[in-house]
Formats: sequence, structure tokens, C-alpha cells
Amino acid sequence: MAKLLFTALVVLLGCLGVGLVLPKWLQFMLTMAMANGLVSLGLVMLMRGGVVAFGQGLMAALGGYTAALVFEHFQWTDALALPLLGGLSAMLITAPFAPLLARYRGIFFSMLTLALSMVGYGILVKTESLGGSDGINMGRVTLLGQALPDAWVSYSLLAVTLCFSAISLVWAKVFFASTRGLVTRAIRDNELRVEYMGGSVAQTMAINFVLAAFLAGMGGALAVMALGHIDPNFSYWTTSGEYVFVAILAGSQSVLAVMLSSALLEVVRSFSSAYFPTTWQFALGLFLLLVIRFLPQGLGALWRAKPQEDAP
Amino acid sequence: MSWLLSAQGVHKTFGAVVAAHDLQINIRAGERISLIGSNGAGKTTFVNMITGYIQPDAGQILLAGTNITGMTPRDITRLGVARSFQIPQLYPSMSVLDNMLVAQTTHDNQLSWWRPAQSAASRERAEAVLARFNLWVYRHRLVAELPGGVRKLVDIALAMMGSPKLLLLDEPTSGVAAEEKFPMMDTVMQALDGQALTALFVEHDMDIVSRYCQRVIAFYSGRIIADDVPSVALANADVRRYVTGERDVLEAPHA
Repeated sequence: MAKLLFTALVVLLGCLGVGLVLPKWLQFMLTMAMANGLVSLGLVMLMRGGVVAFGQGLMAALGGYTAALVFEHFQWTDALALPLLGGLSAMLITAPFAPLLARYRGIFFSMLTLALSMVGYGILVKTESLGGSDGINMGRVTLLGQALPDAWVSYSLLAVTLCFSAISLVWAKVFFASTRGLVTRAIRDNELRVEYMGGSVAQTMAINFVLAAFLAGMGGALAVMALGHIDPNFSYWTTSGEYVFVAILAGSQSVLAVMLSSALLEVVRSFSSAYFPTTWQFALGLFLLLVIRFLPQGLGALWRAKPQEDAP
Repeated sequence: MSWLLSAQGVHKTFGAVVAAHDLQINIRAGERISLIGSNGAGKTTFVNMITGYIQPDAGQILLAGTNITGMTPRDITRLGVARSFQIPQLYPSMSVLDNMLVAQTTHDNQLSWWRPAQSAASRERAEAVLARFNLWVYRHRLVAELPGGVRKLVDIALAMMGSPKLLLLDEPTSGVAAEEKFPMMDTVMQALDGQALTALFVEHDMDIVSRYCQRVIAFYSGRIIADDVPSVALANADVRRYVTGERDVLEAPHA
């Protein structure tokens, strides 16, 4: 544990140091990558239990809308509080659906999450108080009561996002190696036996879903803080598809691979849309095809020799 | 007399098929009992009713005086009933040790967000059970890579992780090579020795039945046709006719 914390701290400090010298556009890109990576991290948590959610975009949107609304109506502008509020809100709103979703597996689970996200999308589009299809804007956040000067906004948001990402990754790492994390993997292999050993499959799956919602809400809030705007497209199914893309690209063997995959997606998307704007999805699809063919366990398999174990 | 397990008037049908007909079975603590019968006789249905996988249409099942009828498999497991399966039900993508740790944490209900699954204490306990089943050398092997007989043993070892009062073994030697059956059963029985548990075997191999069990309950069409020590039960005419299928009894008119 001490080793893990030390490694995380060193990597975090290294990233914070490197971030200082990056141009603003790259700082923004990395902020978005890390924020989106948190959403995909929740998905990886679900995938370890054998289910894939196609509606994580809605969870991210719930966090993003919460942050924007709290900022707008309550003048609560702190960059550390808003992501936590976003996560909490997504978690509480999705919690009532968790017991229902926990009863389904495979394509039924995926389709149910997709259906819920499309219902959410429809509600967001039609709700005028939430800005309808135009969405709502969000002003500049503060950090520990201090206003952020123009020159430091981009870096500050990157630093905050990196800190939230580092804490989430460490937590995910500990969780994956915990007793509950082990049982989640066992559920993917054989639910019947888990029940016959006295474990509750439904409870474990429901809790994982709620935790994934927290991560997604937090990621959504961080993304909105960087973008300054949120609209219903956050919850659209194609956005959810991108989170699934990153989760598949990363695989479930390494939590760090999730962030790297998210960064890779942002890079591919940015450069592809700049140089061949009409066919960038083609490049993305081709890329995923190659990964599935040659790295079926995901990018994490590149530095993880034993796919079945979760130790670092 | 207080029974560890008592089935009272247990009845179960699947459509027109009677899988259990007014079963009255009482089992003492510490007994080693074999359930025998041809395919479809009702042995596995009885086991599934004990574990809560199937609910009886009528009657009740008591475990140490507690009515477990209608309970879920999970709740019954927590009361001290464990089972192995005819086709081993394991976690194939995980190591044997991780399989044991899953069994340990779920049974003890020690699910935690931060407590590592592979703590020194939990590993020690899991490895001790593996050693009893001669499986210690396989602890780091993936279950998917193990031969069939070893998987059977792992399946039984998993059931033992919860220190059950009642262990149900569904055809422990099925699918195991003939020359491996006795060594495997010797290993199982040695592992069970000294444990305060009652074991129920569903078994087709009469050599295994007569060698390792103290009592035989024979099923036919959901009914009990014999319930005695192996030497007497296996000599029973109905058992020879309907279970072991011996030709001389089959051809003779039924008395």
C-alpha cells in the first residue's frame, strides 16, 4: 500500500511538473482526457464483473449538469467541491435503478443502460430550465477560495483533474485487489457458484454500478469545468460509445491504461478531425480493430505479463 | 433424537414426472451417506431442494431443527450447507488460490473495498485447505488449465472453505478416469476426516458407495426404495433391479 501511494505520488508530481511546460491546448486536451478517463474507469469496473454499460454518458452528464447548476444558482464555485458534488449527484440519481440493472447480464444490461441514457437525453433536451438542447454555461471556477488568473486557468484545471484522477486510480487499484474486487471477477466467471458460496451477486453488481456512476459524475463535472458548457449531447449514446471504446482499448488489467487510452483517443480525435475531418471515425475504428486483433486484453497487456492477476 | 437434516413429506413434481414423492429422510450428524439411483430417480432433485435451488411443492426440510424450506441458496449456505457439483462450478480465469479466496470471503461475508483479498492470514487459511486436498502444488495454476480430476477436487475444496456442517457431493467421481477414482476419493475422505461434518454423496459407482459410505439411500422414480448400510441396501432386490440393473434380477419375476 505504501509503495502504491509513493508511486502514485511520484507519477502525479511528475505529471504536474510536465504539465507546467505544456502549451495550453495540450493542457486542455489532457484535462479532457483525464476527465473522460474517469468515466471509462467506472466502465472498466463494471466490465470486470462481466457487464458493459452503454449509458455512462448520462452519468457524466448528471455530474456535469449538477456542477453547472450549483455554480449558477448557488454560486458554489470551488474546483475541488464541484467534482465531488457531481459524483455524488450521479450516484444518488442512479442508485434507485441499480437493483433493477443488477438483475440483467450481457446485451440486456447494455441495452437497459442505453435505454435509460436515451430517456435521460430526452428529458434534458426537453427541459427548458436546463437549457434544452442548447445546454447551460458555467463560469470560471475558483480554487480554495482564490480566483484563477487567466494565465493559470488551464494549468489549474489540469492539476485539479490530475489530482482527482490520481486519487481515483489509487482507489480503483486498491478496490480491484480487495475482497470485493475479487468477488466481482468471480461473478464474471460463475455467478451460480458465488451465490452457492454465500455471496450476493445482485448486491455486488448494484454497488459496482453506483460506484461507476460516481466516477462518471465526477469526470463529467471536471469536463464541464474545463469546457465551461454542458448540453444534452453529453448523454447521447455516441458519447457513451466513446467511453466504451476507451474501456475496451484499455482492457481491465491496468488502471493506468484507462487514462492512457483516454489520452490516446483525444490525440487521435484531435489530429484526425484536424487533418481528415470527415473520415476520422474511420481512423478510430481501424485503430480499435487493430487493438482487438493484436491486443485482445487491451493496452494494459503491454506491461502486464500475467493477465489473470491484478497485482501491480 | 435431534437430526442434522430432516426431510418431512417432501414432494416435488416437474409436469407429469414425480421427482420426489413424500420423502421422509432423517440424517444424523457425522454420517457418510450415499444417494444412489438411476438417472432421473430424484437424487439431484433432493440435493437441489436441500440447497434451495429448487423449492419442494409440499413438505419441509429442517437443518438442525431450523426450517430451511423456501430459503435462498445463499441463506442456506450461511447456515452451514455446502455442495460440490457434478460439473465443477469454478472460476476458470482465476488461479486455484483466488478461487479459494473467493469462497472464503463470500462465505465469511468479509467483503471490503480496501482489505486486500490476498492477505497473509487468508492465504494461509486457503492454502491449509488446499494442502488437505493435495492441491497446494496447483495453487498458482489457472483453473482453466487443470485436468478434470483436479478440478473435481478444487470444487470440493471450495465447498469446504466455509467449514460446513453438511457437505453435499454431486457425483464426485463422474468424469474421472477409472484408475484415478479411488485415489481421488481417498484424498477426499482423508480431507473430511476429523471434520465435524456430515457428507452426502450422489454416486453411481457402487464400488465407491460400498467402500466409503456408512449408509445408502436408494431412489427410484422419486421414491426411496432402500435405506440401510451398504451391504444390505446393495443386496436389496429392488436396488439390484432398478439401480444396479443386474440381469438375473431383471429377468426374474418381481416378488
